[in-house]
Amino acid sequence: MLDWDIIKMAIPLLAEGLTVTLYVSFFAGIIGTFAGIILGLLSLSNIKPLELFIRIYVDFVRGTPLLIQIFLVFFALPVIGIKFNEIWAGVAALAFNLAGYTAEIVRGSVGAVEKGQAEAAKGIGMTREKILVYILLPQAARQMVPPFTNELITMIKSSSLLSVISVYELTRSGQAIISVHFVPFEIYGLLALYYWGLITTISWATRQLERRLPAW
Amino acid sequence: MIDGDRHIGTKGTAGEPLIRIENMTKTFGEHQVLQPINLEILEKETLVVIGASGSGKTTMLRCINHLETPTTGGVYLRDEPIGGNPAEFGLPWTPFPENLVARQRRNFGFVFQRFNLFPHLTALDNVAIGPRKVLGIGKSEARARAREQLEKVFLGEHIGKRPNQLSGGQQQRVAIARALAMNPIVMLFDEPTSALDPELVKEVLDVIRLLAETGMTSVIVTHEMHFAAEVADRVTYIDHGTIVEQGPPHKLFSSPEEERTKKFLSHFHHIFDNPANP
Repeated sequence: MLDWDIIKMAIPLLAEGLTVTLYVSFFAGIIGTFAGIILGLLSLSNIKPLELFIRIYVDFVRGTPLLIQIFLVFFALPVIGIKFNEIWAGVAALAFNLAGYTAEIVRGSVGAVEKGQAEAAKGIGMTREKILVYILLPQAARQMVPPFTNELITMIKSSSLLSVISVYELTRSGQAIISVHFVPFEIYGLLALYYWGLITTISWATRQLERRLPAW
Repeated sequence: MIDGDRHIGTKGTAGEPLIRIENMTKTFGEHQVLQPINLEILEKETLVVIGASGSGKTTMLRCINHLETPTTGGVYLRDEPIGGNPAEFGLPWTPFPENLVARQRRNFGFVFQRFNLFPHLTALDNVAIGPRKVLGIGKSEARARAREQLEKVFLGEHIGKRPNQLSGGQQQRVAIARALAMNPIVMLFDEPTSALDPELVKEVLDVIRLLAETGMTSVIVTHEMHFAAEVADRVTYIDHGTIVEQGPPHKLFSSPEEERTKKFLSHFHHIFDNPANP
């Protein structure tokens, strides 16, 4: 029933695609998370124009399809002279997207810390930044991990969209095999397994991280 | 006092005016919580503020260390306006820069009804974090200071515990130590025992009483009338955002002059009729 020869041949070929998926996700994850945390903290800075800018940014990320964002980076930006190759266009689009959601998670988690905490910190003479750094962020950190994990997982799965701008990532590498051998059952099945294995590993790792963060 | 008399505390310890509340009002939306309030708090005085829930006493206390911004008028600590320059002479309220307000707040130790301890820190670090991060004292010195303060509130054995491992009474005493570690000029207590189980009230009141006896200037908002009668140099009764009556506790509790004061105190007569009642 299953074409095992094709499967044997596909496993290393798909692994090549997987390394590109990992590569893109790794850089998009690092850049997007870092930028998102910075944006999230800036949105708590009480500097109104900055808050407005970040509000607009987050609304744009949430309000438009990722596919359009990818096209904007890959096809539209070159028109105004900003060019990436397809891999870095992919990294840029995914990071841009992840940063928006991460900023919102940071802002939301810090805002969800009970109001009395900031008041007590004010009461002993802390300034805004100190309250954020020493009181609010340590308490919000653990709450951020589960929603952030969701966003990270969504980002990794969405990296399959990069196949449409010819990034030779996992999904695209599978499609390449299918287009030659027409074995959709085997290949899409394998693709699902690869993604599932990757996501499960990430979930496990973030659970370990969550466990290490302070709780009370 | 309302008529501007200098009040000498029952313990004979009160001195010069330390804090002056001048024509202070507070409005939340449509609701005027504080009518113009005028009040002086004297050095080393223990002032107890009583009144029904929603009378504005907590709001007044929160305006003193600028957790709330007065709508008009203002608070002065030794003639220095707190939080900003009050609206006067046709000029609007002008807030001070955040750093200055934060520095001014160090002069006030504030104790909350719900303790508001930092749950991610041990009792020791709850107390040490102010000296460390606000006053810039080194870690070991700040911790030594914190330990000293915790011993003063009889928690020397619990310094390594997190707030959720402590009883309400213990948590409130950590909160008092946290405030004291900043060497405040005045302590503000906002219903410090209202969130406590009855059997834990005494240990907190004992600590506040000790503090008052050492001459710490204190403003205490409370419903504990027996405690008020015992510890206060002066009791102020607030109703609907107005100071109705004030005076030494023996006078205010036994022979109040205003009808509203009499009516309010009548709710507590069982306490005063039965001196054995704690």
